[in-house]
This record gives sequence, structure tokens and C-alpha cells, in this order.
Amino acid sequence: MTEALVTPQSARSVISAGRVVYLTAVVLLCAWVLVPLYFLVINTLSSPATVNSFPKPLIPEFDLGSLRFFAGFGGMLDALKNSIIVASMTMVMSIVIGAPAGYALSRFEFRGKELFRILILLTRAFPLPLLALPLAVLFIRTGLDDTTFGLALVHTTLAIPFAVLITYSLFSGIPVELEEAAWTLGCTRFQAFIKVVLPLILPGITASAIFAFVISWNEVFAAAVLTIQSRTLTAFLLQTLGEAPMHLKFAGGFILVVPALIFIFAVRKYLFAMWGIANR
Amino acid sequence: MSTRYLPYVLILPTLVFLCAFFLYPFALVTRQAFGTGDGVSLDTFREVTSYWKFPISLQNTMLLAAAVVPVQLALALLMATMVNRMKKGRDLVLYVWTIPLGISDLAAGIIWLAIFEQSGFLNSMMLGLGVIDRPTAFLSYQHPGMIFLAIALAEIWRATAIMLVILVAGIGLIPKEYYEAAEVFGASPWQRFRKITLPLLRPSLQTALILRVVLAFEVFAVVAALGGTIFPVLMGEIYAYQFDLQNGGAAAALALIVLGISIVFTLIILRVLRVPKGATI
Repeated sequence: MTEALVTPQSARSVISAGRVVYLTAVVLLCAWVLVPLYFLVINTLSSPATVNSFPKPLIPEFDLGSLRFFAGFGGMLDALKNSIIVASMTMVMSIVIGAPAGYALSRFEFRGKELFRILILLTRAFPLPLLALPLAVLFIRTGLDDTTFGLALVHTTLAIPFAVLITYSLFSGIPVELEEAAWTLGCTRFQAFIKVVLPLILPGITASAIFAFVISWNEVFAAAVLTIQSRTLTAFLLQTLGEAPMHLKFAGGFILVVPALIFIFAVRKYLFAMWGIANR
Repeated sequence: MSTRYLPYVLILPTLVFLCAFFLYPFALVTRQAFGTGDGVSLDTFREVTSYWKFPISLQNTMLLAAAVVPVQLALALLMATMVNRMKKGRDLVLYVWTIPLGISDLAAGIIWLAIFEQSGFLNSMMLGLGVIDRPTAFLSYQHPGMIFLAIALAEIWRATAIMLVILVAGIGLIPKEYYEAAEVFGASPWQRFRKITLPLLRPSLQTALILRVVLAFEVFAVVAALGGTIFPVLMGEIYAYQFDLQNGGAAAALALIVLGISIVFTLIILRVLRVPKGATI
């Protein structure tokens, strides 16, 4: 009989073989993400001469020459500053505007709710940066052209759908009974919100604010179309791609990646709540 | 304030904002594309589509999406099922796998430039292994296949994470009892994946695919960093119309074409992966 051949021992070795394949796959997929990042780190922490040499070393020499060149390159620090300003404005605006809508969606049944939700979802299925084209003309007329605020408005449009959907799922995770208890104890709707809901929701709000920051920080197309003098870091890097020396590109890429790494780490618990689904 | 009006007051800021910066510019871009002075005409569209670069950039964009999205879907499904049965180290592995989510397309392009450029790491390693004795300029017009490969790899590297997040969240919603029952009846892991995970994951697959496909048509900065002008894509052409040629109308018309393609594919995905009415978990 064939079954008799499968002794407990060989069954165990089959399982452990599967386990080895599984673990190898996990490690390989981690390496697939991390190794390209490591290459960028090597190039950033090497002197400009090494970055342009061949063949490349596989360990960084911890030389800050490339980063110093980046900091000294005309307009680069201004671009970095602009990126931070635009991203911060986007962060504040998208939460201030989006969070009330998220609250409304989670707490009320009202006419037009479905229509509103469809409008929000629709924006996600649109190539939104394209809308920067007509806005470029409009902004010239209103004096918003080439300003950090004008760009922040466009980036807020990109971030608002996410802000609404994230806060919607966060608010939905807080039982309405908590608020009702506060009402019966004499709180107004507003007081109950400030004293009961807000403290509970604050970490989640922070996470979605950070997410809005990253969306703006990373955006290339609208930034490149809408700014000329007050370019953001992404726009600056894009426009110097043709002529910039290699070490400048890599240092710039590194500066772009670092905040993203920290932010994703900070919001990792909320990444999954973001898709309208309660926390794991 | 009465509760009746409160929800409308709360959604008003978002509504006003989206009207001003989403619907209104959309109307503007449409008018700019169709109108040449007075009346409606398709002249701009004819101008844009008859330009010699249009067919090649359309073809490149489509080929890239066709090469990248299926690989990403398969990879994201594989990663999501692997994470699902993980006990130890799940948080760490998920963090590592979602890192690219925070990385911009421009940075991703630059990262893969470090690998594929002439004095880059691929050439360095091939030299170290003795496969070649002098570096090859992979990203030059003599190697269009290599440029395509580099861009596709950078896109797969960067944007698989967004699908992974959606699918992991979706798999988390599937009740464990289904798997336990299947196991009792002797279903193999592959059967469980085919008969439980895939059908119940349909809503998440829908979201993930729509988002990814739309973003795939918007590919721009990765291409700018790796292919430059050697590999024209639609978004790059829009940028060139707006900036180098100062032709706003043509940029608008091309933007509407991209939009149209996105909508068509969104509808196709919605139709193919439609969730049967009343079939929720």
C-alpha cells in the first residue's frame, strides 16, 4: 500500500522542506525590496569620484561628499524647503477639510450619502495630476501661479479622498455608544466629540496626516507643471535629470526616500485600516 | 444646530474643495481640448493623434502596463497569502514589503538608475563575475529591450506594495472557518486558494486592479529617470506639450485621451470582476 510508505518521519521532512521553500521565498522577497535601497545608500554615502567610477564597491565608504555637493548645489536647499512647506500645508488642509466628511459618513444617514461616496471614489480612479494643466492657467489669473500654496491646493485634492476614507474607517471603529453616554451626562454634541472621540482618534488622525504629507512629498507631475521658481524637490530633480551629475541624482533620491521610510514606519499599523477596513 | 443639516455642513468643505479643484478643472480641460476659439471641434485631437510620437508612446504605455500589472498582481497575491499564514515576524516582514509604498516614482527611477547605468551595480557585478569585460550602456538607444526591462522592474518594485496592502486587508476579512472547513474536507492549499481566497477576495482585487491600472497609465517619472526621451510614454508627451512646446490645448487633448483609456479599463475591470448581488462575506 502506498500510504504505508508515508512514515511519520518522511511526512515531517516534507513539511520541513516546504518550510524551507517558504522561508527562502520570504527572505528573497525582502531582499528584492531592500537590496535596491542598499545600492542607493552606497551611492549616497560615497564620494562623487567613487559614484562616477567603475566598478562600484559593494560597501559604502561613508563619505559625505555627495551629500555636501547636494546641499551646495544652487537652489537645492530652497527646493527641499519648498517640498516641506507644500507637504505640511497639504497635510493640514486635507485633514481639516477631509476629517469632518469622514465623521459625517461614519455617523449619519443622509440623502446623497451614496452620491458623495461615489464622488470620493471617482477621484481615485482619475489620473488626478492631469488636472494641474488647466489649473496652471487658472492660477496665473488668480496670482496663485508658481506659489507653494497653489501647489498645496492641488496636492490637497490628491490627498482628500484618502483623508476622507481613512477617517471614515477610523471613526467607524469608535462605538457611537461612547458619544451617546457623554450626551446623557450633559455634554453637547461638540463637547462629546472633543472630550471623548478626539482623544481616541488622535493617533489615527496623525497617521492619515502623515500619509497626506507623503502623497504631496512624492508628487512629481503637478509639481513640475505648476512651479517654476518655487520648485519642490521632486520638480527640481526631474528638471535637472538631463544635465545633473550622477552623484547629485543619487543624493537627491536618497533625500526623497528617507522621510518616506520613517513615515511608512510610523503609519504601518494604519496602512490596512486605510482601505476602509478596521484594524487587524 | 439640528442634526438634519449637520452632515451636510460637515461634508460641505470637502464638496466645495472637490468642485473647485476636481470637477471645475475637469470641465476646463475638456473645454480646452475641444474648443479652438469658438465652437466644438476635434482638431486638437486630430493634431495630437497624427503626431508621429503618438502611436509609439501609446504603444509603450500599454505594453508597459500589460507587462507590469499581471506580474504585480501575482506577486501581491503570493505575498499576501504568505503573510496570512505567518505567525512570527509578520509585522517586520509587512513593514519591509510595504516600504516602496512611501517611495515616489522619481526616487524609484533613480534607485534603478543606480543599478542599470553604465557604471552601475549590474555592470559592476557582471564584471566581478567575469561575465563581461567592459561595462555596457544598457540605457542607450541600442538597447531598447533593456530600457523596457529596467522601467518594468522599477515599476514592479515600487508599486506592488499598494496592491499588497489592499489584498492583505481583504484577506483579513475572510472568515477563518471557511479554511478550517476546507481543510477538514481535505482541500489542498492550492484548492483552498482557488476556491476560497480568490472568489472572496474579488472586491479587493477589483479595487487593487483599478487603482494599479489607472496609475500604470500615468507612468511618468520612472520613465523620465531611466529612459529619458528614448522611451516616450503618454504622460511624458503631455508634459512635453505643456512645457517644451507650450501647447496647452494639445496637452489637454492628450490628457483626455489618457483619462478615456483609464475609464474604459476601469469599466472593464468592474465588469469582469463584478461582485454578484447580495454576495458579501
